[in-house]
Amino acid sequence: MASDQPKLVCRGIWKIFGAGGKGLLAPDGGRPSGADLRAAGAVGAVRDVNIEVHAGEIFVIMGLSGSGKSTLVRCLSRLIEPTAGDILFNGENLLAASEARMIEIRRHSMGMVFQHFALLPHLTVIGNVAFPLEIQGIDRARREERARRMIELVGLAGKEHVFPRELSGGQQQRVGIARSLAVEPELWFLDEPFSALDPLIRREMQDEFLRLQSVLKKTIVFITHDFDEAIRLADRIAIMKDGEIVQAGTPEDLVLSPATPYVAEFTRSVARAKVVKVASLMRGLDGAAPKISISDRAAVAEAAPLFANGADTLAVTDGEGRAVGLLDRAAVVDVMMRG
Amino acid sequence: MGASFPFLQPVSTPLPERAGQRAVRARWLWPAALLAFVLFWQFAKPVAKWAFVYPSAWELPAARWIGRATKWLQDEATFGLFTFTDLTRFVAAVIDLPYRAVLSLLSTGLLSGQGSSAVQQLPPLSWLAVLAIVALIGHHAGGLRLAALVTACFGFLVLFGQWTSAMVTLASIVVAVPIGVVVGLVLGLAAFRWPPFERALVPVLDLMQTIPVFAYLVPVLVFFGFGPTAAIVATLIYALPPMARVTILALRSVPSEIRDLGNMVGCSRRQMTWRVMIPSAKDSLMVGVNQVIMLSLNMVIIASMIGAGGLGFDVLAALRRLDIGAGLEAGLAIVALAVALDRLSQAYAEKAGQPAALAPSGTGLVARHPYLVAALAVVIVTFLAGLAVPAAQVFPEGWQVSTGAFWSEVVRWINVNFFDALEAIRNAILLNLLVPLKRLLGGLPWSGVVLMLALAGYRLGGLRLATLVGVLALLIAVTGQWEKATITVYLCGVSVVFAALIGIPLGILAAERERLWRWLQLVIDTLQTLPSFVYLMPVVMLFRVGDFTAMIAVVAYAVAPAIRYTVLGLQRVDPRVVEAGRAMGCTRLQILTKIKLKLALPEIMLGLNQTIMFALSMLVITALVGTRDLGQEVYIALTKADTGRGLIAGLSVAFIAIIADRLISAGARRIRERVS
Repeated sequence: MASDQPKLVCRGIWKIFGAGGKGLLAPDGGRPSGADLRAAGAVGAVRDVNIEVHAGEIFVIMGLSGSGKSTLVRCLSRLIEPTAGDILFNGENLLAASEARMIEIRRHSMGMVFQHFALLPHLTVIGNVAFPLEIQGIDRARREERARRMIELVGLAGKEHVFPRELSGGQQQRVGIARSLAVEPELWFLDEPFSALDPLIRREMQDEFLRLQSVLKKTIVFITHDFDEAIRLADRIAIMKDGEIVQAGTPEDLVLSPATPYVAEFTRSVARAKVVKVASLMRGLDGAAPKISISDRAAVAEAAPLFANGADTLAVTDGEGRAVGLLDRAAVVDVMMRG
Repeated sequence: MGASFPFLQPVSTPLPERAGQRAVRARWLWPAALLAFVLFWQFAKPVAKWAFVYPSAWELPAARWIGRATKWLQDEATFGLFTFTDLTRFVAAVIDLPYRAVLSLLSTGLLSGQGSSAVQQLPPLSWLAVLAIVALIGHHAGGLRLAALVTACFGFLVLFGQWTSAMVTLASIVVAVPIGVVVGLVLGLAAFRWPPFERALVPVLDLMQTIPVFAYLVPVLVFFGFGPTAAIVATLIYALPPMARVTILALRSVPSEIRDLGNMVGCSRRQMTWRVMIPSAKDSLMVGVNQVIMLSLNMVIIASMIGAGGLGFDVLAALRRLDIGAGLEAGLAIVALAVALDRLSQAYAEKAGQPAALAPSGTGLVARHPYLVAALAVVIVTFLAGLAVPAAQVFPEGWQVSTGAFWSEVVRWINVNFFDALEAIRNAILLNLLVPLKRLLGGLPWSGVVLMLALAGYRLGGLRLATLVGVLALLIAVTGQWEKATITVYLCGVSVVFAALIGIPLGILAAERERLWRWLQLVIDTLQTLPSFVYLMPVVMLFRVGDFTAMIAVVAYAVAPAIRYTVLGLQRVDPRVVEAGRAMGCTRLQILTKIKLKLALPEIMLGLNQTIMFALSMLVITALVGTRDLGQEVYIALTKADTGRGLIAGLSVAFIAIIADRLISAGARRIRERVS
């Protein structure tokens, strides 16, 4: 979140399906309610969404089915034409881009992973991974070389010449991930990438995803209907309901101060200690710092074991290892007791 | 997105008292309408004769219009740069060139000179060569077992002396199928891309599939003349619609995520079509290819009426001579070809769906194309062998087998010993059922029938269906086809009733008996792949020409869907519901009548619908055994090359089919809505 200009900015995105479309936006000062739209025989799949995604962050859009999250992510890549709004990618308005320019942007700067993998059944693993490069007209030797690297990156080396239907779901999605990374995109969309997988595999793939991101540092828009997944992966989360964003913020923000009962419903079962960061519990330094220290970006739950040998206070350090505050045992216990 | 079907909501919540009123009105509507109809029919004839027999003065001279339009197309129509005749000549040339090439390869050899003075420069592929190549293709597609099967099929052709004709037929199939597939694919693609084009195309496809084939033989004959080219054009018209339909369906069923993927990687439109959509839809598209092959084979006999030659001509000639043995053998030869080509195309479809084995990494020609090299070797070896030993080129007549005499003897024996019994059955049914029914239907007032049909349409599907049904029925009357149409309806109706009476109980029996069903399936499949003409022959020999014969042939052909859909419907009933019934203490009979048959009713009705369609298509063919219905009208028009007359009668058959189809589908839909 260091860079000044956000990578992707959405301002007032609307997507209305059905009759009227744009016409419905004008009379109500541009903000008809869901009921207004229904009365007019239309569906407001995405309503007045404003988000900013910064370079290198994982931005998770979380919502239940029918909340419009898949429509929104397709609006961001203009797979679906938004009814109204602006989408700025590196400052360039995508909605004003010509079709040729859009093809250009998608070919070189965007990658997408799909819920049901969307692998081409007639191509082998390497054929699938190399497919985006083939479409760009890159010669066979170069594209296969790059594809091989991607396949290795996602841990599927040795499976290059296997067909998708011979792979398990988790492996298929690894192919999907490798393919979306083959063009080395700046912006990486993942549309419920792990929803179709078994819980155990899902967990494994989430770890894999975090590992990849720690290496690649992409700008990511990640869609999910699973709040735990959102908490695990996100730098920031936007919660969607009925086409609107109800609340957007860090996982900690959402858990500590849910904006609506709807958000609270999700956060209630989340263990606070796993979400709340040490930084938000620490008090100012007074005198010498204790020997045992913890990073201010760690979750409270990670701090707990460090009190095991009887310490009452820990030193809190920032990214460079400088002591910036103190963490009291009582504060940690308090958070953990609240569940 | 729950509101995406807003129009469904008002229907489901009518005001209670209004619903009550409507139910009362509905209960009285039918009896009242029927009563009015019967009274009108019994007493109105002296007053309003026009309502009973359509006055010929009111007839639209539609046949003459079509005739004139045809003439205009032929003589004057022009698209600016070229005339319509140029267009048909161009199409003919496009078909003729590859046809001639394939024909000379398979049958005639390379000829120089014209007509009977032609001299053979090079012999065609010998039977040994074709057999070996077919075996190689079989092995390539599906291994040893398939190779054995297709070799056996082609061996049958050799052994029973059908080779020469079979190769002529094969040549026309080999040309027709790729053209049909490509044109169907292009049409389907265009329809997929441009919805307006689809809206225009689908009704045309509907019509192409419901018009009896005979009807468009006439215009084809007029525009393309008599000969194999015209026959291939007719085959294409018949075999193309399913390919177009399958293409539309297959493309539409490609998951939207795959399309999104194509866009995300930045495909251009062409890349999207050829790199993403078509490869993803390949499995379903192969089903379409298989359909084209099978339908082309279905057309073999009918196409021989406008000059296809080959096996179809043999069957037709045998039918005219009433030579059952020869007809049966030529018919079975068509079946053998059909089985071989069907299995080959299915094997390739499966292969396309499965991951291919890695290509051998050898670099030599033999290593890279083993099958091609082997085929070439076979051709050369057999060519040389043919020069040395004539038997290797042409299978010697002395080695051929024929069962023709045997079959003729069987029929003769039955006729000698059972003539009286057969005649008694025939006369009893004819006098007690067919003739009275024919009179009854013929006596009904056309005006009343049109109104009753429209009413049925209104009750089942609302105003739109009523209009469609009414207008189509009226058109039959207006074009002066009413009388013949009633004969068609009566023959079709009787046959369908018999087919249902035989088929549905058989289906019920077979649904719960796995072994019986397997046998029955074999019988049904044979009945359906056997060219329809083939079982006309024994029936004609036993019962002579006439309505009864036609009926038997139609029932034999149309019973298959009645059985099939009944079994499918019953087997598809949710086992949990049956379990619940058993838990409540239902007897087997109760489970069958109160649960299974009720739930399977929509499927059974669809089966009935299919039975009607099958019956109509066979009915047209039975014109050859002397019925007096619309089929005969089409057939006569064909022999006179009268486009107008043929098309009008053909369209009338299509209208009957559409009316029956729409009414029954609407009924089935209503039942299904009530059931689920």
